[in-house]
Amino acid sequence: MATTVQPPTVKEIEKRSVPETGSGNGGWRPQGGDQRLLQEYAPPPASTGIWVGLAAISMTFAALTSALIVRKGGAVDWQHFTLPSILYLNTVVLLASSVTLELGRRRIAAYMGGLRTTVQHPARWLYITFSLGLLFVAGQYIAWRQLSAQGLYLATNPSSSFFYVFTAGHALHVLGGLGGLGRAVRKLNHLDLRRSTLDATARYWHFMGALWVYLLVLLWMKL
Amino acid sequence: MHDISHAHAAHHAPTSFIGKYVFSLDHKVIGKQYYGLAFIAVLFGMFLSWLMRLHLGWTNLPIPGLHLLSANGAPGNVMTPEYYLQLMTMHGTIMVFFVLTTAPFAAFGNYFLPIQVGAEDMPFPRFNMMSFWITFAGFIVLVASFFTGDGPTLGGWTQYAPLSAVGTVGGPGEGLGVVLWAASIALFCIGQLLGSLNFITTTLDMRTRGMSLWRLPLSVWAWFITSIMGLTAFAVLMPACILLILDHLAGTSFFVPSNLVINDQLQPHAGGSTLLWQHLFWFFGHPEVYIAIVPGFGIVSHVLIPNMRRPLLSHRVMIYSMVALAILSYMVYGHHMFVSGMNPVSSIAFSFPTLIITIPATIIVLIWLGSLYGSRLRINSASLFALGFISMFISGGVSGFFLAQPSLDIMLHATYFVVGHFHMVMAVAAMFGIFAGTYFWFPKMFGRMMNDTLGKVHFWLTFVGTYAIFMPFHYLGLAGNIRRYQAFAPDYMQPFIPVHKAITVAALLTGAAQLIFVYNLIHSRFWGKPAPLNPWEATSLEWSTPSSPPPFDNFGGKLPVVYHDPYQYGIEGSSGDYVMQTSPEQIHTKSDEA
Amino acid sequence: MAKLFAITIIIIAILSAVPIVRHTWWTAEDISSHGAPIDEQMSETMAEAGVLFLASQILLGVFVWKFSKPRVGQPIKNFPGGAMSLVIAAFLLVGTEVLALGAFGAKAWANIYFKPPSADAMPVQVQAGQFAFYFRYPGPDGKFGPTHPDMISEGSQNFFGLDTSHDPDSKDDIVTAEMAIPVNREIHLLMHSKDVGHAFFVPELRVHQDFVPGLDLSMHFKATKVGKYEIVCTQLCGLGHYNMKAYLYVMSQQDYDDWLKKEAALQ
Repeated sequence: MATTVQPPTVKEIEKRSVPETGSGNGGWRPQGGDQRLLQEYAPPPASTGIWVGLAAISMTFAALTSALIVRKGGAVDWQHFTLPSILYLNTVVLLASSVTLELGRRRIAAYMGGLRTTVQHPARWLYITFSLGLLFVAGQYIAWRQLSAQGLYLATNPSSSFFYVFTAGHALHVLGGLGGLGRAVRKLNHLDLRRSTLDATARYWHFMGALWVYLLVLLWMKL
Repeated sequence: MHDISHAHAAHHAPTSFIGKYVFSLDHKVIGKQYYGLAFIAVLFGMFLSWLMRLHLGWTNLPIPGLHLLSANGAPGNVMTPEYYLQLMTMHGTIMVFFVLTTAPFAAFGNYFLPIQVGAEDMPFPRFNMMSFWITFAGFIVLVASFFTGDGPTLGGWTQYAPLSAVGTVGGPGEGLGVVLWAASIALFCIGQLLGSLNFITTTLDMRTRGMSLWRLPLSVWAWFITSIMGLTAFAVLMPACILLILDHLAGTSFFVPSNLVINDQLQPHAGGSTLLWQHLFWFFGHPEVYIAIVPGFGIVSHVLIPNMRRPLLSHRVMIYSMVALAILSYMVYGHHMFVSGMNPVSSIAFSFPTLIITIPATIIVLIWLGSLYGSRLRINSASLFALGFISMFISGGVSGFFLAQPSLDIMLHATYFVVGHFHMVMAVAAMFGIFAGTYFWFPKMFGRMMNDTLGKVHFWLTFVGTYAIFMPFHYLGLAGNIRRYQAFAPDYMQPFIPVHKAITVAALLTGAAQLIFVYNLIHSRFWGKPAPLNPWEATSLEWSTPSSPPPFDNFGGKLPVVYHDPYQYGIEGSSGDYVMQTSPEQIHTKSDEA
Repeated sequence: MAKLFAITIIIIAILSAVPIVRHTWWTAEDISSHGAPIDEQMSETMAEAGVLFLASQILLGVFVWKFSKPRVGQPIKNFPGGAMSLVIAAFLLVGTEVLALGAFGAKAWANIYFKPPSADAMPVQVQAGQFAFYFRYPGPDGKFGPTHPDMISEGSQNFFGLDTSHDPDSKDDIVTAEMAIPVNREIHLLMHSKDVGHAFFVPELRVHQDFVPGLDLSMHFKATKVGKYEIVCTQLCGLGHYNMKAYLYVMSQQDYDDWLKKEAALQ
């Protein structure tokens, strides 16, 4: 199984030396030959897993995007409205959180790589990322309040409906990302954090940022 | 860094009852839980079909006790038209989701995928456990709609808008019933997404030493391909259900156009798109029916091969064909919408991939037939059901030739021809796959053999019975018998009614025959003959576990090492007529075209 | 048991083919001007599908019979030509067949859907609603009056929501519960749904089209034989779906004119 954050064991097995061949030779392999090197490396499950999860999330937002395009295309009642300007500030906050997450990840990698005595507060940047994430969600909430102050609610008109659905859906997934960050911090504090877990959590978080930029452009263009 | 050279349990064996049997993290327990869920669901779904068939044959017949199920739906025990539609909707929903997706994929896949790749468990056991319980919660929410307000929704498992979105004005069950349906399906989707996550990562990352992708058994390939389809399909249905719920509860108009008048009341909706629901639903819906059948392909191959004592004529062609089928399945969904009012050019566009998809499907059948040639076929309950699957899939697939063409769909859309087609491929073929898997894997799961004589009786009654039920559907459809009718009111449909009566008799008899299977399953579980470790003399990793059922970590502390392809039978120069994947025996063969 | 399987499957396959060959239950007679290519397509497909069905079921039975009692020590044999021959057979036989079907079927479809209605097609409007069809003829002025959804009332039989007091075009519109059309005259059917999804299907007329709420569609066709036919709803619309139907009368031009006059008097 993947190594946990124990005494530094920087033992990376990078590549397969024996190419993966299939059954072309009838399936026989030399006994006691280079068996050890076959299949000894596989990507850590957390890494594959997070890509699978991100694929599913992408499909969900793709479905909603096509719903938006179809709905707008066929409608005579589409009403444009201006996106609340706080959204742009929220975008900056979320993108900044990706930066801080990367800073934190490198720091923790160094920590895990054996520099435990010289790296102080390895989780510091994770806490900052977490706070920025919370700030983003709070900012989204303010955007909703601003919209409802203009009389634009979920059911007011189709464009407002899609706005709320997209932003709420994204915010929900961001909350999930916050949960992942919290879990990573907790594991780090128990010296139980795998590199693959941290990387997967980070990848998810960066995807939330990229997804948000995509949504912002989509909403700006279509709504 | 993922060192698999030593084995230690990813999670420890639980000791409490709750940990062992309820919230278990063990994929084998989760697999059995899914099987149990599918088992309950299929019995309930079959019971609903009996009620439907009785009503179709004898529309005004009082069915004793029916008013206990619903006082509104069956006053004086006579089923109302709306109750028929409600039962029909629940029948379809339960069968498609909680039986045909659950049993061949979630149940057998969860149990055997990790073992067949040589892993101790899936990499995310907690997600796996959640996946079952979320799916189970979905089932409970769906069944709950029977006991609420005016009952379950009546809009069919396809829940077309605007009927599904306008609320209670649309009819009984169209308010809370739809919301519960959509919530149940959304939960199901989430559960299956978590399951797909585990299946994909297990197949890619958890294979033991020596287990290359080409050495995976065909059942693993089938589950792997299915889980990728599931990932994309369920992730689209879930937001569609959420939008539908919003149309109900939040006053949005995603799917409801303006200016609708129901009961002389103008409906307060604006500008939604009816066709949008159909596009979203069928983008999911078509891959979904392949999700229901592809695991069956894997199981049939996996069961037939040891019973033929030879590998398939071409292992790789089978894999490529399943992959091609899965890819094409995304391009065909519009064939459910040929006369829906979408652009007629789109209908032509969708019909071509639909016709082309017959090619990989044909190749799959021909590979099976070609492998039977020159084999040493063994007949037992499992192999009979696998052979039956081939026959059923041919029958169901051939009617697809008609439905793939928009010009013929003019005559066949929404008729019993369609109902016959999908019952043959799903209700029968996919069920046969489940039966084959059950008879085959039961000895490994429970350490006992199922009674083979009873299994054969079960096969014969079911094989002949299902043909007797569903073949006539095609004729009725050709003649214009419309589906989803609770009674046959138009003049030209009167001659069909005696045919329906005969079908009902066949359905009730065939349903009764399933009790043989139920008895066999339960009796063998406790009192079946103890099974040898490898009763079928098969080669894949599940048959090399040190016990039946396998120990907690599947292999008793030491992960297997794989030296061979999955189906080394009839190998010249070996010491027996088969070589297990883990056998260190060396074989000198010329390379086969695997 | 293998022999039993083979015999059973071959019997079932042949029995299944019998009602098809004998046309025991078959599509209704074609009374449309565009139906011949559809029927030809149906026969072609039936022949090809039938051959594939019979051949594969019989082959399955024969192989199960032949290869289930192997002699001791009999080696495994490969199908002659191996998998490649089967793949090629699939592409050549099935592939070319389905593409041919697709191409010819597309022509039959295009014949119906890609041709606009002729200029002198007779317009008739059909409105589908839970659970009945109503029809509207434009009357002598040849114009349909506007509909007002808020004025629709089943109770007062104003099915289309016409405002005859304010809309002059509505005054001579003729609303009926049965549809009549003159034979050999092209009809332009304007389709509108009042509430949920419905469909219009007349088997003999080879016409089948969903109504889409929020979208007004149209079809055009010509009936070639006088008679009484049924229009049935085929899109699940609620509890009365099974009973949602109307009669279609195809009449001679004279009879149709008389019928229309009679209906006009009843407005």
